[in-house]
Amino acid sequence: MSNSAKAEAVLALHRFGMGPRPGSIAAVGSDPRGALIAELDRPLVLTAAASLPPSAKAYRTVADANARRAARAKQAQQQAKKQQMAAAQAMSEDQTQAHGQVQDKDAAEMAAKQAAEAVPDPGRPMYLQEAKLRTEAALAADIGFAERLVWFWSNHFCVSANKIQSMSGAYEREAVRANALGRFVDLLLAVEGHPAMLFYLDNLESMGANSIAGINRSRGLNENIAREIMELHTLGVRTGYTQDDVISFANVMTGWTLVPPGADPQHGGEFTFNPRLHEPGGQTVLGKRYEQEDAEQGRAVLRDLAAHPATSTHVATKLARHFVADEPPPALIEQMAKTFRDTEGDLKQVAIAMVSSDDAWRGPPSKLKRPGEWVAGMVRATGITTVDPVRYTGGQELLGEALWRPSAPKGYPDDEASWIDGVGRRLDIANNFAERITGMADPQIIIEDVFASEIAPEVKQAVGRAESRQQALALLFMSADFQRR
Amino acid sequence: MGLDRHLPTRRELLAGSGALFAWSQMPRIARAEGRDPRLLVVILRGALDGLGAVAPVGDPDWVALRGDRALLLDGKPPALPLDSFFALNPAMPNLHRLYKSGKAAIVHATATPYRERSHFDGQDVLESGFTRPGATASGWLNRALLAMESGGRVDPRGSRALGIGSVTPLVVRGSAPVMTWVPQKLLPASQDTQNRLLDLYQHTDPKLATVLQARMKLASLDGAMGAGDPMSDDPTLAPPGIARVRAYFAEAAGTAARYLAKPDGPRVGAMGFVGWDTHIAEGAASGQLYNLLGALDGAFAAIESNMGDVWHETVVAVVTEFGRTARINGTQGTDHGTGTVAFLIGGGLAGGRVIADWPGLKSAQLFEDRDLKPTTDLRAVLKGLLRDHLRVEEKILAETVFPGSTDVKPMGGLVG
Repeated sequence: MSNSAKAEAVLALHRFGMGPRPGSIAAVGSDPRGALIAELDRPLVLTAAASLPPSAKAYRTVADANARRAARAKQAQQQAKKQQMAAAQAMSEDQTQAHGQVQDKDAAEMAAKQAAEAVPDPGRPMYLQEAKLRTEAALAADIGFAERLVWFWSNHFCVSANKIQSMSGAYEREAVRANALGRFVDLLLAVEGHPAMLFYLDNLESMGANSIAGINRSRGLNENIAREIMELHTLGVRTGYTQDDVISFANVMTGWTLVPPGADPQHGGEFTFNPRLHEPGGQTVLGKRYEQEDAEQGRAVLRDLAAHPATSTHVATKLARHFVADEPPPALIEQMAKTFRDTEGDLKQVAIAMVSSDDAWRGPPSKLKRPGEWVAGMVRATGITTVDPVRYTGGQELLGEALWRPSAPKGYPDDEASWIDGVGRRLDIANNFAERITGMADPQIIIEDVFASEIAPEVKQAVGRAESRQQALALLFMSADFQRR
Repeated sequence: MGLDRHLPTRRELLAGSGALFAWSQMPRIARAEGRDPRLLVVILRGALDGLGAVAPVGDPDWVALRGDRALLLDGKPPALPLDSFFALNPAMPNLHRLYKSGKAAIVHATATPYRERSHFDGQDVLESGFTRPGATASGWLNRALLAMESGGRVDPRGSRALGIGSVTPLVVRGSAPVMTWVPQKLLPASQDTQNRLLDLYQHTDPKLATVLQARMKLASLDGAMGAGDPMSDDPTLAPPGIARVRAYFAEAAGTAARYLAKPDGPRVGAMGFVGWDTHIAEGAASGQLYNLLGALDGAFAAIESNMGDVWHETVVAVVTEFGRTARINGTQGTDHGTGTVAFLIGGGLAGGRVIADWPGLKSAQLFEDRDLKPTTDLRAVLKGLLRDHLRVEEKILAETVFPGSTDVKPMGGLVG
């Protein structure tokens, strides 16, 4: 391979993949665009996922544990109260009244808390197993373009493990990974109909004012999911939809919920359409009337939102911003948006359009990698393919990009300004990682073999002069060659 | 670069996710004598400036060589007198106390057989015990244990070396089993690493440079407010993070000592401390080197107190891959050199002396007209400790522990 071919292979791995790993430059070969496209034809199946519970089962398991926990707590509290009453009878009345009652209450609550904590939370190990699976998929990928697309769409359609830990990993596998290279409309239908998303965006409690449940319980609509679908997931903010559109769409979405876990041990936690919650009658969204009677009404709106021109621009802009530049070339966005429209939202074709455009390659490596990409790139460079999920997710949290825990439905940002101040903290992580691997990773080998020496001369010099392997590795991992793409 | 020209296997990773020190049960021969000796090896990675740590204040060329960076008996603060010729950096009062009580010795103008100036290769030679880098994947301490094991003179409960830190130091790696322990506290990236990264950013990525600079400034404010050096009148002399470095050194060394002190614990351990590559603003009686030596001095105190009752059977060897240039360079630091010092401490030592065949500091006396000339082979010191403290046979020392060192006779009289 010529030097320019190697340089383009390294750029391809950084910009569109998970970063160079041993053998990956050879895997990219002399046709980086072709190699990226070819990777999209390989399926995104995680074979190890077979051992992990599907989201509904994960949800049921956690719900069962929660129920047991509540029962134990109640039992312990009652027992503590009984004992206190017996003790109080044995004491004189004035003693009890002096300060006994407050203490008794605290003691009962403490007993309840301890009893609850004795039941372990199964959500955390599920989260960790899912995190390990996803991370190791990124470490093992030849290039990692397909994984990067999974990560992108998972962040675009984010849920938060802070709210729904049990399903956060399974959601990504079932809704996002399964559709990341399919049609946008199928991805949209999968994520919005997924119990994790319905839970995360508060749709379980939303009911039409005129629905059976709404009338009986004098409760009503929650607009959250309708607004976020239009603002974040499809059209984009300020694209012409109104508050009335949000309310109508929220009415459309009423009834999209999940089977209560206690009610059905077989199907608890699965998606269901509950007509008792659904606002009856037709709705008008973006000037179009939807008369369907059930979940088909919502699906019809989602199909139209997926096909809306604003969605193609929104999606193309976000993709280009994520992969190419904070301010991507307008021509690139337009090319991708056009492909999106021409192919009825075929996401694989949109990804191909991106890497086929000279505009996606021309710019300097100005993007600052997000913490997750940077860590994956650092680990990949050493050839390591297995991780300790506790340590790994802990590191992600320290770096401000806790896995599946964005602070808002908008997901993690994609611009340099959001992340650059955290670079100092990356040094702590790099230093620690370098210390752990210094006996088995050689910085010169990484530069020469993994990067084919496509590293700035200043970095090579700094690495060569470092006082120890640990320092050499830390400087290498912290170099702009590792941070930028 | 030599040794580890391969990418890690899963097994290595698992091993590496654990380490700072390595260990062995005592040799039977020592136990038969009613002894139960402990040996801890501390590697100072980055190349310690021996002249900045232990100054030849009696050498007529000393002041001219180092100028206002020269440690002096009437300096500010004054260097601590060792004998009529040498004085110790004032950052090390514990070492000075141990020395005065005969429980510390200093070897000066010493070096391994390595004569190039690459840190990695230098550390490889220092730890492998071979005369050239990249020769083997095991360390001299581990091979010493293995030799004893094959001789059937090791406690049947198992031969184990102890490694402290995330990575087992090469010196204890090898066929003899190594146990590892990792300190909970993360060692922060050193000031030196931060300076180097800043320099790299300034040449390659101004935006990242700005951010890193801001972080370093913030850290220095924190340091001035909360973690100032109590031994210094000027809080700015304690660089950001030095309090954390001190805490790390003390915890790691203290823990090593606790393991070695246990009746059924390991008897040999190794650990490494980084940060000694003082190319820029090295300082002497204050500043970077002063702070690091102070942290090392704190580690000595932690070892002494945590060894408890077995301190009298303890020897600690503190070694570095090579020394630094005799003269100060253009950035108020020193570059990679050759001859340097080794510190030996422990209740088992016959100390209270500086062991040196002093080469002198005139231009013609320097190695390649730049470095302190090494006149004592560091292997002689280490072989002396292994022979007289751990009772490893001289023949084994010359053949397998330090191969090719038949001509380098073990230094006698180091242990009491």
